[in-house]
Amino acid sequence: MKKVVALLLALAAVMLPAFSGFAAEADEIEALRGTTLYVYNWGEYISDGSDDSLDVIKEFENRYGITVVYDTFDNNETMYSKLKSGGVAYDIVIPSDYMIERMISEDMLEKIDFSNIPNYQYIPEKYRSLSYDPKNEYSVPYTVGMVGLIYNTEMVSEAPTSWNALWDKNYTGGILMFNNPRDAFAIAQSILGMDYNMQSEASWKVAAELLKEQKIVSPTYVSDEVFNMMESGEAAFAPYYAGDFLSMQENNPALALVYPEEGVNFFVDAMCILKGSKNKRAAELFIDYMLDPEIALANAEYICYASPHTGVYNNPEYTYYQNEILYPEEGKFKTQNFLNLKPETLALMSTLWDDVKNHIPNTDSSNYDFFFGDGELGNAEGTVMTPEAWSYVIYIGIFVAICLAYVLFRYARKKYREKV
Amino acid sequence: MSNRSSLGSKLIAAPYIVWAMLFIIAPLIFVVYYSFTNADGNFTLANMAELGKCAPTFLRSIGFGIVATLICLVIAFPLAYIISQKTDKVQRTLVMLVMLPMWMSFLIRTYSWMALLQDTGIINSFITKLGLDPVHMINTPGAVILGMVYNFLPYMIMPIYSVMAKLDYSMVEACQDLGGNRLTVIRKCIIPMSMPGVVSGITMVFVPSVSTFYISQKLGGGSFDLIGDVIERQFQQSYNYNLGAAISLVLMVLILICMAVMNRFTEDEEGMVI
Amino acid sequence: MKIFSKLYTILVFLFLYAPIIVLIIFSFNSSSSTSMLTGFSLQWYKALFKDEATLTALYNTVILAVCSSVIATALGTAAAVGIDKMKKGAVRSGIMAVTNIPMMNPEIVTGISMMLLFVFAGSLVKNSAVLGFGTMLVAHVTFNLPYVILNVLPKLRQTDKNLAEAAQDLGCRPASAFFKVVLPSIMPGVITGMIMAFTLSLDDFIISYFTSGPGFQTLPIAIFSMTKRRVKPDMYALSALIFVSILVLLIIYNVAQQKSEEKTKKKS
Repeated sequence: MKKVVALLLALAAVMLPAFSGFAAEADEIEALRGTTLYVYNWGEYISDGSDDSLDVIKEFENRYGITVVYDTFDNNETMYSKLKSGGVAYDIVIPSDYMIERMISEDMLEKIDFSNIPNYQYIPEKYRSLSYDPKNEYSVPYTVGMVGLIYNTEMVSEAPTSWNALWDKNYTGGILMFNNPRDAFAIAQSILGMDYNMQSEASWKVAAELLKEQKIVSPTYVSDEVFNMMESGEAAFAPYYAGDFLSMQENNPALALVYPEEGVNFFVDAMCILKGSKNKRAAELFIDYMLDPEIALANAEYICYASPHTGVYNNPEYTYYQNEILYPEEGKFKTQNFLNLKPETLALMSTLWDDVKNHIPNTDSSNYDFFFGDGELGNAEGTVMTPEAWSYVIYIGIFVAICLAYVLFRYARKKYREKV
Repeated sequence: MSNRSSLGSKLIAAPYIVWAMLFIIAPLIFVVYYSFTNADGNFTLANMAELGKCAPTFLRSIGFGIVATLICLVIAFPLAYIISQKTDKVQRTLVMLVMLPMWMSFLIRTYSWMALLQDTGIINSFITKLGLDPVHMINTPGAVILGMVYNFLPYMIMPIYSVMAKLDYSMVEACQDLGGNRLTVIRKCIIPMSMPGVVSGITMVFVPSVSTFYISQKLGGGSFDLIGDVIERQFQQSYNYNLGAAISLVLMVLILICMAVMNRFTEDEEGMVI
Repeated sequence: MKIFSKLYTILVFLFLYAPIIVLIIFSFNSSSSTSMLTGFSLQWYKALFKDEATLTALYNTVILAVCSSVIATALGTAAAVGIDKMKKGAVRSGIMAVTNIPMMNPEIVTGISMMLLFVFAGSLVKNSAVLGFGTMLVAHVTFNLPYVILNVLPKLRQTDKNLAEAAQDLGCRPASAFFKVVLPSIMPGVITGMIMAFTLSLDDFIISYFTSGPGFQTLPIAIFSMTKRRVKPDMYALSALIFVSILVLLIIYNVAQQKSEEKTKKKS
């Protein structure tokens, strides 16, 4: 009985200001008519009206009379450097977790006034106050997801259980790998049982060694090419985001996805308001609008990533309702998130990644043995010049020599003719 | 009178000169400034010292660039000659056809090369239908070079063609009258006379080939990073503007030296022909 | 020899057009794959016309290309006339050397240097939102200029210098002498320069990538931003439409020209 009373009181407490504030709020929203809102989001990351979906941006414009200027980026880092270069001003931006942490620490984000976002009630406790925004001040989750191991059941007889499949020599040439350092290192770190956000230089080097070892299976480093290559059966294994796997599977039913036992990366992309936003109230209105169950559902259907919105994933009408790939049982496997790395660690990661990319494995059938015996020239620790680089030196040298010889020949001939 | 009018007509270039100062010279000063400072804006040579690491990438880029340029030259020269021999109207159409592919985003065109070159792609399924073994093409240096040749071929055809179209054919006829057969005419007459076009063609293909950053990612499977990829990573992912600027500076100086040497070959001091 | 040269031309054009044929085929694909054909459908064309963001990007691209090529042509033609009047010497070869820089400089370096400049200029005027249409326009005009100048200069050299003077002697003012006599004779060069500038600006990705800002995304940038997800065949559909419409324009132009030529022949 006491509980019920308390609940009623709490409800009243919540409702009262809501009612009294209602008229004022409507006026406030009305005042935003004719203003402009700048939104910066991932490419292909909002329901845009194709395939008979809802055109979310247009609907917002119609509903509130606010013009939306909508631009897209291809990864967190480009987005950040565009904002950081100082040449642009957006109101809303949708980065991933670790980038949000970084932007908070660099004072690039504005605190959100959650009283303006009543639909925030749909975000359950487990997606609030996550490590990147521990006080829950700056961000509202948009999508969540995990990285999984995609494989082609026609090429792989037994379902893999471990990331080690990406190092399997039996599939040499048929293995794809992330072409961005953070995601690639995360896989190596999972195998090694390391923390994705470790600081120790030595551990990063160990992980880099593992990535260099992978070169023996000659992996192809991909970003979006993964779609074409997996769908057409070009490759057997690829790590990629689970949401994108669903659209690959539509085109090639032979594909399957597992979450390897060593653990996977769990990420959140969340909506934030940028510091210096000239239209903060409209930005909050936009965030609230994006959390509207109907809109959130349209976006979730279009993007195919998992939604942190109870109104979406508890809705039986939702295409991916209780989908095992998007919403696997909790605690079934280990997940880790990315946190912001220190600048030194970032720089280290980027140098190590360059090393990995330029590494040439020491295999018996290497073409370079032809030039360099047992390959002692390039593979010694610490040398920058790989055998490949040396071969370019030789080729370029020969080319320049030929050019020089020709020039000299012309010159000599000219002199000779002048004499004659 | 004539003096004053010529002064007036010289002044007509003034807006351009101001523009060039502001938007060609000034930005380069920024590149130089960034390459010799660290993140705090203090003078440093550390960026230059770090360049040694990029040596293999530099060499690879230059190697690929040279090969792509030579292939472009070999393909473009005969084509430009053939086009220049046609009637005016056919010439115009063919030139437009050479330019036309550039009206579609090169990102998209590179993308469709992927569909062509894949192991299960169009070319390979054609080859297997003929009963031959499929050829592994994508993710090889060859694929990257092919992408470069494809994207920059028009830049080689255009300058060579425009020189050939303007050739003084009385010279060619004189050459023929002196008893040269067709090949001698081409060798002794057409090739030397179209040298300015060849030189600017080489410049216009070599420079973008060395510095491109998308083709290598898409057609090389991420395994053949070129110098453009490294610069892009410094700016867009590692936020190391200073190192990125340093690499750009070296790339720029290297290319300017190459081009200065190349331009020695042509007597035309007016620079490039398009 | 004739057959050989025909065959050769066909082969080179096949090479140039192979990926375009592929993208036209895949624009009719019934699935979202750009590497496997699953069936025929027009859905991507439908999707394209509903996709406002892409259409805006296309509009932006065209606007930018038109503005930058027109400005570059005006500025560049004027510059070429001025340079042509200059005596050979240090000033002239200095200007020519500067003119060559944007062509010789790798695009990525141009893009970066422009971005550094704009951001610096933005910090000077305390305006954080400096990147946008204006900066992209400046960047595009800058890299278009040399192409215009180098197309116009040779034409100027070919025109008879005495012609303009004769016109002035006959009472024309210098400006009208230029427009009535000089300009018509260099027109082919001006037009070629403008078309080249337009084409380059339309196709440019790298420089735009570094100088673009809020609210003004061109098509290549929009396409590149899809590369974490998937480049869908609606982009192929758009490219196919652009290709076909230009081809049609080209054919119409040629036919019209042929007809007018026939007419003049008949008259004479």
